[in-house]
Amino acid sequence: MCAAERPIDPAGAGWPARLHVVTGKGGTGKTSVAAALALALAAGGRRTLLVEVEGRQGIAQLFGIDPLPYEERHLADAPDGGEVRALAVDAEEALLEYLDMFYKLGAAGRALRKLGAIDFATTIAPGLRDVLLTGKVKEATTRTNGQRRTYDAVVLDAPPTGRIGRFLNVTAETARLAKVGPIKTQSEGVAALLRSPMTAVHVVTLLEEMPIQETVDAIADLTALGFGVGKVLVNGVRPPLPAGQAVTAAELRRGLVAAGLPADRDIVAGLHDEARDQVIRRELEDSLRADLVELGLPMIELPLLPDGVDRAGLATLAQALVRAE
Amino acid sequence: MPSEDAAPQLDVDQILADPGVRIVVCCGAGGVGKTTTAAALALRAAEHHGRRTVVLTIDPARRLAQSLGLTELDNTPRQVKGIDVEGSGGELHAMMLDMKRTFDDVVLQHTDPAKAAEIFANPFYQAMSSTFAGTQEYMAMEKLGQLHARGEWDLIVVDTPPSRSALDFLDAPARLSRFLDGRMLRLLLAPARSGGRSMFSLVTASFGMFSKVVQKVLGAQLLTDLSGFVAALDSMFGGFRQRAEQTYRILQARETAFLLVATPEPDAVREAAYFAGRLREEQMPLAGLVLNRVHRPAVPELDAEQSRVAAERLTELGGHEATADVLRAHAALARQAVREQQVAARFTEAFPAVPAVSVTAQPADVHDVDGLRTIGAAISRP
Repeated sequence: MCAAERPIDPAGAGWPARLHVVTGKGGTGKTSVAAALALALAAGGRRTLLVEVEGRQGIAQLFGIDPLPYEERHLADAPDGGEVRALAVDAEEALLEYLDMFYKLGAAGRALRKLGAIDFATTIAPGLRDVLLTGKVKEATTRTNGQRRTYDAVVLDAPPTGRIGRFLNVTAETARLAKVGPIKTQSEGVAALLRSPMTAVHVVTLLEEMPIQETVDAIADLTALGFGVGKVLVNGVRPPLPAGQAVTAAELRRGLVAAGLPADRDIVAGLHDEARDQVIRRELEDSLRADLVELGLPMIELPLLPDGVDRAGLATLAQALVRAE
Repeated sequence: MPSEDAAPQLDVDQILADPGVRIVVCCGAGGVGKTTTAAALALRAAEHHGRRTVVLTIDPARRLAQSLGLTELDNTPRQVKGIDVEGSGGELHAMMLDMKRTFDDVVLQHTDPAKAAEIFANPFYQAMSSTFAGTQEYMAMEKLGQLHARGEWDLIVVDTPPSRSALDFLDAPARLSRFLDGRMLRLLLAPARSGGRSMFSLVTASFGMFSKVVQKVLGAQLLTDLSGFVAALDSMFGGFRQRAEQTYRILQARETAFLLVATPEPDAVREAAYFAGRLREEQMPLAGLVLNRVHRPAVPELDAEQSRVAAERLTELGGHEATADVLRAHAALARQAVREQQVAARFTEAFPAVPAVSVTAQPADVHDVDGLRTIGAAISRP
């Protein structure tokens, strides 16, 4: 990583929100992109929090560490003295913490858990579960240490596109059940933050038909619900082919000979097939990209990582996320 | 493929043709092509093996659904027209799961109309039947049980819901029945049933506290709704539990074949490995692994490094840009193939006895019957 070629904006311009909600269809690399964003936004001495809420331990698996507890932990150093912390929010723990804060439950809280009461409460009212999860995210986002905010930015590895609208739309879900009381107040506070300019929902996709369809649907859904959609993050993009057009077998044979490679019929035919598939794929990708451009949202393309998402790969993604601005 | 050396080859035709196999369950992480795989297998069972097949899909992509003639959630299997079953005599039916309607049907079956109406009107039922994490999984299994009980089909192919984790769908029936049958509910009902007779004192004390807290936090109306819901469901506990257990036993039986679906990506392979472990624990019949979207260079003898070096040489020489591009693309493909094999090996090393089949990535997405046929052929004859 050469600092000269990486004009990281320490203020995180281009990413104006404080809470970044990252969603996407399963398999699009949403967790990796969320982690890369947390790294990018922490660069230059800032501190960010990367949060997961689905009990998948995706962050721990991505970073190759032990499962995360319900506790904010140092996860990684960012370039130029920044820090990324991580938190796996658990609905049960969040409920106990919440009850404890207001009602000082102590041992009774543990008894309730043993009894299955907590499981029961979060099971029977799924909206309650989500309000507890998003409530914790809100608390971390708005927390201050004296004058200073604890986190410059919070990045949420959110549920996938199919569930994101319902997950964020906490007031509607809880309003059906809790008509008065602190939970209602709590959910209204969360809803206000999620619908404010402090929050941006980013959608991760691939240049493939189904993820793009889900991206388009999710953006329409989120917009209708009043959430601010930030960017479309296109993951796994392959480098452009400079020549781009179809190559003839004869041309290919001459090239192979010039490169000192074997150029028998099978090799030429094989490479010719590969080139044809590439062109088909690229044409499809171009038309899919055009569909995304039509959404009229800021779009960032993230490179395909040929060796998978390791730490170096995350750094590459992080650079791409801020360099694009 | 070197990565498959360790694992026996999965023969899906043998499974689809076997009259003893009545249920095929496709499971795996989200985004690995479960629905497409399920539809392709069902089509192949009908066209090639002459079986009267129904495919139960959960949330198919719009165009795939259209290609099967599914335009709405109607919870009823519809015959798929325009497929080639003249020679085989098979049939293909398809349906999309309507979670809420399936839940409503279960309620109706287990109670009288007046009580059912009361349940349907309860806000807890409304929340639970449409959003409860696990309801979709439970209802998929319920629907499977219903289709199986009707005995109209030779083969039922099930696509599992895009769960948080692939395990949810195995756990959901048990969780729901545990929940409906649980101590919490009995406690909530206890005062009504027996004048407040308690099980043991600490529980009662905490529970009294719990009620108070719930009243404070959620409001009294909520508690009233909750106990109404619980009382209404009380009569159905036995039925719910019995059905969940029945479905579980069907899944363990030899007439069922589980197929894990994955792509050669770390998350998907990890989910598949978890699932394989779970199926083993639960003594459920795992038939094999379908590895979708595998990249295979057409010229395996030319490796990534050779190819990259040659592309650079051509760029220096000039005049061979098109070939240099092809070689660079080949290098990327070869590198991806090597990485995919390493990722896939994590599964085959952990479960060397589980048969596997790799399906080459298609250049374009599948959304018609022809595309499904191609996929079916690719799964059967890799």
